[in-house]
Amino acid sequence: MEVQTMTTPTQAKPTQVYQVFINAPAQRIWDAITKPEFTRRYFHGTSVESDFKAGSPYRSYLSGDRGLAVEGDVLESHPPRRLVHTWVARYDPELAAEQPSRVTWEIDERGGGMCLLTVVHDQLEDAPKTAQSVSGEGWMYVLSGLKTLLETGEPLPALEQ
Amino acid sequence: MHDDRVFKALADPSRRHLLDRLFERDGRTLTELTEELEMTRFGVMKHLQVLENAGLVVSRKVGRLKLHYLNPVPIRQIHDRWIDKYTARHASALADLKAELEGG
Repeated sequence: MEVQTMTTPTQAKPTQVYQVFINAPAQRIWDAITKPEFTRRYFHGTSVESDFKAGSPYRSYLSGDRGLAVEGDVLESHPPRRLVHTWVARYDPELAAEQPSRVTWEIDERGGGMCLLTVVHDQLEDAPKTAQSVSGEGWMYVLSGLKTLLETGEPLPALEQ
Repeated sequence: MHDDRVFKALADPSRRHLLDRLFERDGRTLTELTEELEMTRFGVMKHLQVLENAGLVVSRKVGRLKLHYLNPVPIRQIHDRWIDKYTARHASALADLKAELEGG
């Protein structure tokens, strides 16, 4: 018999990589990442706001005028393939006090109308609470929601808090 | 379709071991992983390739290094597809039983 060892890292990883196949063209995935009418339906109800040009601010807002969710700067923008921006979570004062981290979105067309979406959230060394908050359910819920929305036209049910 | 590759990749103890090591700490090179495992470099490379094809491991070039990361999404999808479904049914069967007992 093989001995099963359960190991749990004590801290969330400072570089987190998530990859998912989405049955949609690259432009639709790009739109879903960059347009508020899409993000509201899978990104915890938040509305993204940016012109997505390098050097411009990247902001997303909580639903119902409850203020900023995430704030950052666009570092690279190559529609519809690659977007890099910094990330400071503003919805929680403890997270807001941490150093900015970085999010990279890569959309890679794989033929047959399929794309491989890779999200890398890194530079989290000086933002351990942010790292914790986006790990586990965090990005996976957002990416599952994005995939489901694009493939079925329906958002996932809201997460129970 | 994709599930097959994930299940096949997970069906091997060496590959599960490799995933556990990556779960502890990822962003590692083939050399680092080979040093930790009682396996030849070729063996580790072969297993990493199967895990990559299943989407369980993602490799990224950082400078001259090729770093390997664990991608938790396919396991989550297997969970949603296979585990949630049956545990939900189990829970609702219990709820039905409770309703029947209390109603009867």
